[in-house]
This record gives sequence, structure tokens and C-alpha cells, in this order.
Amino acid sequence: MRARLAGFSLERPGTLDEALGMLAASKERLTLLAGGTDLYVYLNAGVARPGRWLDLWGLDELRGIHEVGDHVVLGALTTYTELRASELIRGALPLLAQAAATVGAVAIQNRGTLGGNIANGSPAGDSLPPLLAYDAEIGLRSARGRRFVPFDRFYTGYRASVAAPDELIEQIRIPLGAGSSSRACRFVKVGTRAAQAISKVVAAFVLGRAGDGTVDHCRAAFGSVAPTPVRLRRLEQHVIGKRIDPALIRTSSDVLLSEIAPIDDIRSTARYRRFVARTAWQRFMEEVPGL
Amino acid sequence: MRLVGTSAPRAEGEAKLTGRARYVDDLPLTDFLWGLTVRSTIPYGRILSVDFDAGADWSGVTIVTAKDVPGKNVVVLLEQDQPILAADRVMHREEPIVLLAHRDRDRLWELASRVRIEYERWEPVLDIDASLALEQRLFKDDNVFKAIRIDKGDVEAAFARAARVFERTYETGLQEQAYIENQGMVATWDAAAGRLEVVGSMQCPYYVLKGLCPIMGLAPEKVVVEQAATGGAFGGKEDYPTILAAHASLLSYKSGKTVKMIYDRVEDLVATTKRHPCRTRIRTALDASGSILAMDVDATMDGGAYCTLSPVVLSRGTIHAGGPYNFENIRVESRVVATNTPPNGAFRGFGAPQTIFAMERHMDNLARELGRAPHELREEYLLRPGQTTAFSQNVGDDVYALDIQREAVARTRFEERRRECEEFNRSSRWERRGIGLATFLHGAGFTGNGEVVLDSRLKVDVTADGFVQIYSANTEMGQGKDTTFSQIAADSMGLPMARVRIITPNTARVPNSGPTVASRTAMVVGYLVQEACGAVRKALEAHAGRTWRDPDDFASLAAAHHRERGALEGWSRYEPPPGKVWDDKVYRGAAYGAYAWACYVAAVRVRLDTLEVTVESFDAFQEVGRVLNPVIAEGQIEGGVVQGIGYALCEEVKMRDGVMANANFTNYIIPTFADVPEVKVHFAERPYPFGPFGAKGIGELPMDGPGPALASALTHALGVEVNRIPATPEHLLELLGNE
Ligand SMILES: Cc1cc2nc3c(=O)[nH]c(=O)nc-3n(C[C@H](O)[C@H](O)[C@H](O)COP(=O)(O)OP(=O)(O)OC[C@H]3O[C@@H](n4cnc5c(N)ncnc54)[C@H](O)[C@@H]3O)c2cc1C
Repeated sequence: MRARLAGFSLERPGTLDEALGMLAASKERLTLLAGGTDLYVYLNAGVARPGRWLDLWGLDELRGIHEVGDHVVLGALTTYTELRASELIRGALPLLAQAAATVGAVAIQNRGTLGGNIANGSPAGDSLPPLLAYDAEIGLRSARGRRFVPFDRFYTGYRASVAAPDELIEQIRIPLGAGSSSRACRFVKVGTRAAQAISKVVAAFVLGRAGDGTVDHCRAAFGSVAPTPVRLRRLEQHVIGKRIDPALIRTSSDVLLSEIAPIDDIRSTARYRRFVARTAWQRFMEEVPGL
Repeated sequence: MRLVGTSAPRAEGEAKLTGRARYVDDLPLTDFLWGLTVRSTIPYGRILSVDFDAGADWSGVTIVTAKDVPGKNVVVLLEQDQPILAADRVMHREEPIVLLAHRDRDRLWELASRVRIEYERWEPVLDIDASLALEQRLFKDDNVFKAIRIDKGDVEAAFARAARVFERTYETGLQEQAYIENQGMVATWDAAAGRLEVVGSMQCPYYVLKGLCPIMGLAPEKVVVEQAATGGAFGGKEDYPTILAAHASLLSYKSGKTVKMIYDRVEDLVATTKRHPCRTRIRTALDASGSILAMDVDATMDGGAYCTLSPVVLSRGTIHAGGPYNFENIRVESRVVATNTPPNGAFRGFGAPQTIFAMERHMDNLARELGRAPHELREEYLLRPGQTTAFSQNVGDDVYALDIQREAVARTRFEERRRECEEFNRSSRWERRGIGLATFLHGAGFTGNGEVVLDSRLKVDVTADGFVQIYSANTEMGQGKDTTFSQIAADSMGLPMARVRIITPNTARVPNSGPTVASRTAMVVGYLVQEACGAVRKALEAHAGRTWRDPDDFASLAAAHHRERGALEGWSRYEPPPGKVWDDKVYRGAAYGAYAWACYVAAVRVRLDTLEVTVESFDAFQEVGRVLNPVIAEGQIEGGVVQGIGYALCEEVKMRDGVMANANFTNYIIPTFADVPEVKVHFAERPYPFGPFGAKGIGELPMDGPGPALASALTHALGVEVNRIPATPEHLLELLGNE
């Protein structure tokens, strides 16, 4: 391990309130530790920020998947294993369960959390496009209170978010109808290998049609094609009110390409990412049931 | 009971499963320091100054620079161009400059960041073209560590009468050995006794010994090198451990304490050796009917900043470039050049996978060009008994190329499946399928007169309580050598395996039976085990006047021998097989004592929306003389094929400014089980008279076939020639050219 552990301290609050109190009282920025599957990698590489770490793992207030009114509410500590196992998620929000199944391998799925994926803010985070496609809201909590931020306004730039230093992610709230089974949907992950892979492109699509066959609902969300996960609003607008046919698939693909800005990096090329983003969308549209 | 040919359980298996086996990081040490290496941050330039930040706490820190080397600051290998610590000039990124040791491992990385090294930067040479263009002179006048030429027949005349010439260029990339256990070493300098002891992860204890003596200025008797349990190597622990051993020794020499150095994965990836990248151009002279008149092969490898083992890698690559074919006229010209990148080194296959890739892809492309099936064109040129290889070795009856390919084609239903793929491809919207093969040979043991020069010796003794002990320098690194040696010894002595012990390779206790490389251990050294056992057996039978009935009887005869005649031991020494002559000057003759012959068949499915490749089936057919232990032999082939699938499809070392930019297993992508199909292994056996119980070497063989077989299958699937590996989806997109 390249980190010098003497520079770190770990504290374990017993309750959420205690944790919020510590956040409020601290002058230095605290590091919140959930499953540790990102943070421990940073420690090993010697790039983790030294200082006080707050271990959230024992806070049961941050766990659980519940139906509350017309929302599904997920605690920030919800693990990928829990997402995969949940009947509610599999039925109402299947893209989230599918995404969870592609993360790392079993050990990572047992420890890795939804809140950690969101807060870590990697543009390649696999749960993030489904959350965008499902109109998720992030519930932030501090000693000052609770506020909800629509997920597509959560990030302000590469690995930067609206969360204040004294705030933590408490929960994720998703409208129950977002994943309605009357809508076509698809999760696409193109990773570097079949398992234990970071996404080169990740996407989630949801598409609903009116009785006359025209598109009346569309969400297209991508990861790894921009500094943050993105919803392609122009693409969505382009297909609303239209019938799916080869011409629409073609024109919408052009809109898609104009709306993403992938880069060359050590995992892939901008060219490949553009190609895959387009074909993923094309294939989804071609294969919308009942076409 | 005969043990050879059975899947006897692993001799060292229990110790590894129960955690009793001690890898270097597990060795119990008291009162020791941790060592760390401070490395260059530029690829080429002059070192202007090395300073130690006055703001840092340097108490208790041992610091070693080139000035502290007691002997010669040089890694003695084929050339003497590499310093053990850079003194005034750096030739590549991550070159060792300063060594630090401290009791507290936690502090070392931070201390390393407080060593300030100033450079004068020079424009680096980062690839083959820049090296050949002599943008900088890095090695002698021409940047060429070694050049080789092989000639058979009259290539010029054949090209002069050719109706046409078919030319292609093939490329293979760097590859990382990716052993599970990173490099690690512990050194203890005993100043009072003037003695140095080194224990660590390694393939070749005597190489480490030989390398340490000049650096430390010590006579060989004053240095002892021992192998700890070793978690994989694949060539990566052939030459590099000498460097790490020397670093730990230098720190121990200066501090007077035991020093332990264990690389983490990132350091191991950026600093240690990799497979040589290679570019091969092949020109073929064809007559009007499409017959091959001549082959003209030109291969260039990138050796990195220092010579290391590159000439030998080039040699094996050059010899294997002509494949298992009888071409009347063939020329192979090759060279390995210097660049400002970390030195490349030994890796399973040792140059052969690179040139075999080129030749097999070329035969495939030729077949496509001529409108013939890939196996049909090969059939015409595969070596028959009595024909000669590119390096003019008459293979006599020791040839199995045609048989193995025919068996592979028949048993995989190759022709039928080719048609099925083509049928499928006509109707599928989003997928393509393809099937391909590669036919090849791999020579076992050192090249040419190499085994004679090694002059390997091996000892076996029998204890007074009736245990047979094998003393060899050959190392167990996961490949199963302890087991196969035990089987050979047990059968030679007519005893159960439990009566055989393997003596830990330690240069003070075992004779030099040569390095554990080049698929030589089972075949060459295994034969020495058999012979030494034979000598012991004869001596004991002569003394007793009879042979033994069972292990207890054996023990009583051994006890009697110890009482009446003293210790009982037998020696063996390498003898070349008769009639094998090699001329190193013109690269002609018996390059190897024996060859394994193979044909690998791979089928792939490609998604057109992502260009991701699924390997649908993999069949590996090979003739290996004799299978000593089926589970171990199959394991070697399966593992090698998986490593080969990685080489072919996903393992890409991304160099940026002379250093590996994707230096972790998140971004250097080796296959997982989810990426590989069941590898079906098929052995044919025709015993080789100079291998133990007929065995030939197989360790490197499976590294040769997957690259060309998979590229052939991809070409079949996609209709574009895949002539470069790794054939990543990104590369396939470039080939297909669509946006
Ligand atoms: C081998 C391996 C494979 C992986 N594979 C994948 C993959 O396929 N796909 C993928 O998307 N990711 C992958 N990851 C990354 C990681 O597992 C995920 O990002 C995971 O969701 C992180 O969750 P965690 O609870 O472990 O986060 P931690 O490491 O504990 O924290 C991550 C970040 O989130 C912050 N944080 C955590 N919880 C909160 C909270 N409640 N409020 C505010 N901030 C918080 C932390 O301070 C830290 O900055 C992989 C990691 C490893 C080691």
C-alpha cells in the first residue's frame, strides 16, 4: 500500500445523527467511507486524501429498499447484491438490477453501494445511467436538514457535485412508474472484458409509445461519453411524438452523435465510443417490441 | 505401479492449499528493513543532480546510489550495457537510480517522493521506426542489439521468376507475464563472514548468483541464492530477479541488516520485462498457378533500452519464423533494436509467438487470396518425413505436422463449420461468426548448442532411511515440476512418490542443472533425473546383489549401503542426442533436439454493434512425445491458451512517453473465466527417445497458437484481414472503417 496510514484516522458514528453532527462540527472536509471499494483502491495507489474518515457502514438508517407512496426509496448503503436480489427493483426498475449484476464480481457487489457509486462520480459508474433514465432524485442530508436534487442536476463537472462538505447522500428516490413494464427499456454495458470490467460505454434507455404508436416518453442516458453521466435531452426531444421507422433511427442517431463528447483514454478511443453509443441506440430502436 | 502417465497429485499441492508454502513475502524475518527503488521519471537524458529534501526526516534511512556499488555497476548478461543503478544517464522511464531502506514500510513511498532528481532531457526514441532511423544512437552504431539471417535455397532467383508477389505486414504487441505473485527478494549480508544470502521469487537461482558476484565484488562461494515458493513467472522471473536481488543486496551491504523488497503491482508492471513487440513483413513469390516459389521474411523486434536477453529471444523467433513448412526457398532476416523503453525480456514462447503469428496469418491470407481453404494450402507445404525446415534441419521421421493438422481438421469438423459460419453470416443482422486454425511447431530446450554450453548436472541421493532426494536447480513455479520429477524418479526407482523428495533449489546445495526456461525442464532435466536415478539404482543393486521388492526392502538395502559403503548418490550430466549438428554462424542444422507439433482451432462470434469477440470454442491438438501427468499437461495447455487468448484479443500495454500508462489490472485487461470457453486439449504421443519416458517439452507451445488461430477466425468472421494483435474492438473498428 502506497498510502501512509499514520496520516489517516477512522471514526465510527453509531447513528446517523451522530454522523451528521461530526460533519457539521468539522472544519476539515471528512471522507465518508461506505463499502470502501473505491476508497481502498485509492489508498493502495497512494492517492487517497489523508485525514479523518467516517465509516458509514454501520448506519442502518442508510439501508433498505422501500416503496414509499408513489416512489421507490433506496438507502445510500444499498449494495449491488441487494439491488439484484430485490423483487421490487427487479419488477419496477429492472435496469437498476441489470446494471448491478454487471458491477465487478460478487465480492464487490457485496460491498459496493449505490451511494458510493453516485458520490464517487466516475463517468463510467454503471448504476448512473439507469438512475438518470428513471428520473432519480438524490436525497442529501446534513445537520441543517434534507433536500432532494434531481440526479441530472447533481453533477457540476468531472467528479464534482452540488453536495456540500457537511452533506451526505442519505437516499435515492425514484418514481414508481419510471420503469413501467409498458415501456421498452434496455441497459447496455460495453466493458473491457466479460466480467470485472470498467465500462467503455454504458447506457440506459426507456421508451414509451402512445396508442397510435408515436413515442410519448423517452429517456436516453449514457456514461463514459462525457465528463459526467449524461441524459441526451435533444435526442429525447427528437423522437417524442414520432413513429419509429428507419428514417427516425437514422436522424436520431445523428442527433445522438452531436450530443456526446467522448475522449481517447487508456480504456478506449473516442471513435469507438461514438460508434458503440450509436449502435447501442440503433439496435435498441430496431428491437423495440411490437415494431 | 507406474506413475508416469497418471495424474499423480501435486507434490507441493498440500503445502500451497493449506498456506504452509512460504512465498518470499511470508518468510519470517526479524530485525530487517524494507527497501524501495527510486526510479527515473524521464525516458532519456542526463542526471544532473540527486538531492534529498532537507525538510524530510532521513534518520534511520539507508540510501544507496551508484557510488555505493562495491563491485562493477553492471548487469552482466549477453552484453554489459546495463547498470544496476543509473549513474549519469538514464536510458528509460522507471530506471532505478536510488535505493532506500527503512524499518517502517509506511514511510518509504513518501520518502521516495522527497528524492529530487534533476535531468537534462534528451529526445527519446520510443519505437522501432525511430530506432532504425537512428534518431538517437542508443546502442553501438546502429541501435541493433543483434541481427540474424537464415537462408535456404535461392530466394532471389525464385522472386525473379515469380508471376506475382504477395506481401503483408504483421504486428504483435507488448505483453505482461501477469504472474500472481509480484517480484520479491530478501537479502542478508553477513559482514563478519563476508557472505551474502538471497532468498526470493525466481526461475533461475544460478542466474541470480552469476549476476550478483560482479556487482557485489564477491566470489561465487561467498554468495548463496535460494528460491522461495514462487507464484508464477512465465519468463518474467528469468532475468529480472537478478536486478531485484542486487538492489536488496546493496541495501543490506550498506545497512548491515536484512533487507526485504516486494514490488507492488504497479511497480511490477511499469518496471519489469515484457514480451518483445514485433513487426514482420512477409513477401511471397508465387508462380502463375499459385504455387509458392519462395518466402522472404523480415522481422524486427523492440528490445527496449538495454540488450538483456534480446538476442536469444530474437534467435528463437527467427528459427520459428518459417513454421512447420517445407519451403524450397526461404530467407529470414531479423533484428532486435534499442529504444528508450524499459527492457523487454523472456516470456513464455520467447520470440516464437511473434513470428509464428506472422507466418500463420500469412499462410491464411495467401489461402484467401488464392481462393483456397486455409488447411488445404497449408497441407501442401507442411513438412513431410525427410524434408528440411527453413534452417535446413532435416526432420527425418520426427515430424507430425500433417498428422496433427489432419486430426484437428477432422475432429473439429473444420470444413463443415466453416460453411456453417458463412451461412450464418449471410442472414444475421447483428452477429458474425468465424473459425480459424494455426499449425505450428515449437522446439524444446536451449537453441542449437545451448544445452551443450549449459552443461547441466544433476544429483540424486538416497538417505539411510530409504528416501530418494533430487538435487536440481530447476524451480517449481506453479508448472508442476516437483510432481513430474517425483513421478520420473519414483518410476525409475520402482518406488511410490512418497519416497521421493525434492531438495529446495539453493545454490549451496544443488548442482547447476540449468535455468528453468525454454520448455527444457521436463524434457532435458527430467531425463537427467531418470539417468541419475538409473545410476543410483545400479549402484544399490550392485551392492545388494539384487533388486528390491518393495519400499521397506528398498529402505533396508539403502541402510545397509550407508552402513557398509557410505553415502549413496548418483549423478547425471547432459549429453546431446547423437547426430545433431548446429552451425551458429549460418544458422543451419539441428536447432533443437525435439519439436512438439500442434494445430489449434478457434471459433469466434463477433457482435457487430460493439465488435466484442466471444471465443465460442477452442481445440488444441498437439503431439508431445509422452504425457507425464495428464492433469498437469492439460493445465499447461489450458493456461497457455488462456494467456494466448489474452495476447490475441485484449492484453494491450499502452505506452505513453515511454512508460506503461495502464499499469494495473483494472486497465491492463487479462481474460477472466467469463472470457474463455472450455479449452479442449487433445494429445498425440510418439515417444522421444531422449526425453524422460519419451516426453518432449510443452510449456511454451500453447502460447504460439491462439494468436494466429483467433486472428484467422476473426478474418473469417468479418471479411477483413486481421494482421495485428491484440485485435481489440477498437482495432477491429479501425479495420472495418465505419463510424
Ligand atoms: C474490483 C473492482 C471492480 C469494480 N467494478 C465496478 C463496475 O463494474 N462498475 C462500477 O460502476 N464500479 C465498479 N467499481 C467501483 C466501485 O465498486 C463502485 O463505484 C461502488 O459503487 C462504490 O461504492 P462503495 O460503497 O464501495 O464506495 P466507497 O469506496 O466507500 O466510497 C466511494 C466514494 O463515495 C463517497 N461516499 C460513499 N458513500 C457516501 C454517502 N452515503 N454520501 C456521500 N458520499 C459517499 C466516499 O466518500 C468516496 O468518495 C469496482 C471496484 C473494484 C475495486
